[in-house]
Amino acid sequence: MFAAIEGSLAVAEAVKRCKPDVVSAYPITPQTHIIEELAKMIANGELKAEYVNVESEHSAASVVLGASATGARAYTATTSQGLLLMVEVLYCIAGLRLPVVLGAANRAVSAPINIWNDFQDTMAARDTGWIQLYAENNQEASDLHIQAYKIAENKDVRLPVMVCMDGYLITHSIEPVRIPSKEEVDKFLPSYRPEHCLTTKEPLTFGYLMGSEGYMETRYLIHEAMENAKGVIEDVAKDFSSVFGRFCGGLVEEYRLDNAQFVFVSMGTMVGVIKEAVDALRTEGKKVGALKIRSFRPFPKEAVIKALKGAAGVMVIEKDVSLGSAGALALEVKDTLYGLKKMPKVKGYIAGLGGREVLNETIVKALTLFDSDVKEPVFLDLKESVEGRKYA
Amino acid sequence: MKEIRIHGRGGQGVVTAADLLAVAAFHDGKYAQAFPSFGSERMGAPVESFVKISKETVRSKTQVHKPDFLIIQDPTLFLGVDVLRGLKKDGLIIVNTDKKPEELNIKNGFRILTIPATDIALEILGRPIPNTTLLGAFAGATGIVSIEAIEKSIKGRFPGSLAEKNLKATKAAYKRIKE
Repeated sequence: MFAAIEGSLAVAEAVKRCKPDVVSAYPITPQTHIIEELAKMIANGELKAEYVNVESEHSAASVVLGASATGARAYTATTSQGLLLMVEVLYCIAGLRLPVVLGAANRAVSAPINIWNDFQDTMAARDTGWIQLYAENNQEASDLHIQAYKIAENKDVRLPVMVCMDGYLITHSIEPVRIPSKEEVDKFLPSYRPEHCLTTKEPLTFGYLMGSEGYMETRYLIHEAMENAKGVIEDVAKDFSSVFGRFCGGLVEEYRLDNAQFVFVSMGTMVGVIKEAVDALRTEGKKVGALKIRSFRPFPKEAVIKALKGAAGVMVIEKDVSLGSAGALALEVKDTLYGLKKMPKVKGYIAGLGGREVLNETIVKALTLFDSDVKEPVFLDLKESVEGRKYA
Repeated sequence: MKEIRIHGRGGQGVVTAADLLAVAAFHDGKYAQAFPSFGSERMGAPVESFVKISKETVRSKTQVHKPDFLIIQDPTLFLGVDVLRGLKKDGLIIVNTDKKPEELNIKNGFRILTIPATDIALEILGRPIPNTTLLGAFAGATGIVSIEAIEKSIKGRFPGSLAEKNLKATKAAYKRIKE
């Protein structure tokens, strides 16, 4: 199927081909179109699955937890406040090592209420033990859902995966997207065969009380599984490319890094804007490149070092902020590069919060401000008119 | 790359128009991106939508700030919204009005084309939704998309008789511009 369709529809079509047994979600903008489509597909028999209507995201997460524990393939989707409400259960899903896939239509968090795009919601779920993959465009958002189940269900991983996609910019935009056939996906993604699940034949208990004698080891094992996931994410991306002919990076995607002195690092749709800016700056003779982080959890330290070690300057631009500290991605990049013999200078920028548009000019400004002594994190495109004071 | 910005009011099918146009460009074998401005999409409120059409993949997910073409679904928007912002010098404005271009008082030297799309829509659809009519005018005036592709796009979007009526309105506008 090759069609110009809305991002949400492209995601729903991909999820359908993954044949989840159970879908449960609570509608919230801008995730709504995804689950409306899935509900329709289930109602008209296109997708043989159970759709469980719930009264909140907390319940939706609990339903997919339970479903996955019985050995079913489960899907949910949410955003913003809905994701925050799920967080308690998200920890449980990861702790129980259940390969649930969640589509996160990235949106700002309240208050003030704002339904537009940024990454503050999924960053709040950073430490839940979920793998987090970020999509650059509609094609990648659709493809990542198919890859997500294969990563999650890998026996060396067995962790849930969050497919993060910019709300509106992906979910509500129309772009041509290729969606593989059912048969192709069947070939790529075998049906889910859990090693352990809840059955009446062989009763088991999941997630029982664990004191200091073993709790720490369960956390270590999740961390180890995250490390394993690095190789699996790379392998699955390559596998995907050999079957479907599309590759948009494994853990990271390098863009024009040959002899690049200054490198922009970012995630999600902002990378598309950065790629355009890099092309324009290159034609002006500026030696710039870009690094797209596809996998934020696990964080691909080795790949990031490989990509950035030759650079003089690194500009991390992100749509989230750990208030009172810095952007989450900038902290990761600095931690990763710390201690290198020739450590590039890193500067962290915050942009595009609450749907403020990130333009070519925003990216160019980050480069212009690189050598200035403006305090980090640098908030790009702040409006003097709103706060009534001067910004850098 | 050609960039189109559509201005209208909530309820006039501004977002649908962008979708239909992008899908039509896709049917013509081009790459297209469309999305609405994510603002106050209430009935009657000013609404914008954006379309980019290119031979190459469009990577930047940004709104249309320097349009080649403007489609104005409601001429009263000239009063409150800076609809002309960023329009390229050789840009074309297509306005839904029964007035002549010179009666609109737009003095920036832009090319202007007017069409009474609401009247046509009322006559053929029986409803004052001018979006598909304006797309017919756009195809006729610019050739950026073919009328066949618009036809395919409309048929893919609306069921049976609604598609037929919209097509009739689209073709009427196309013909009118071509003449």
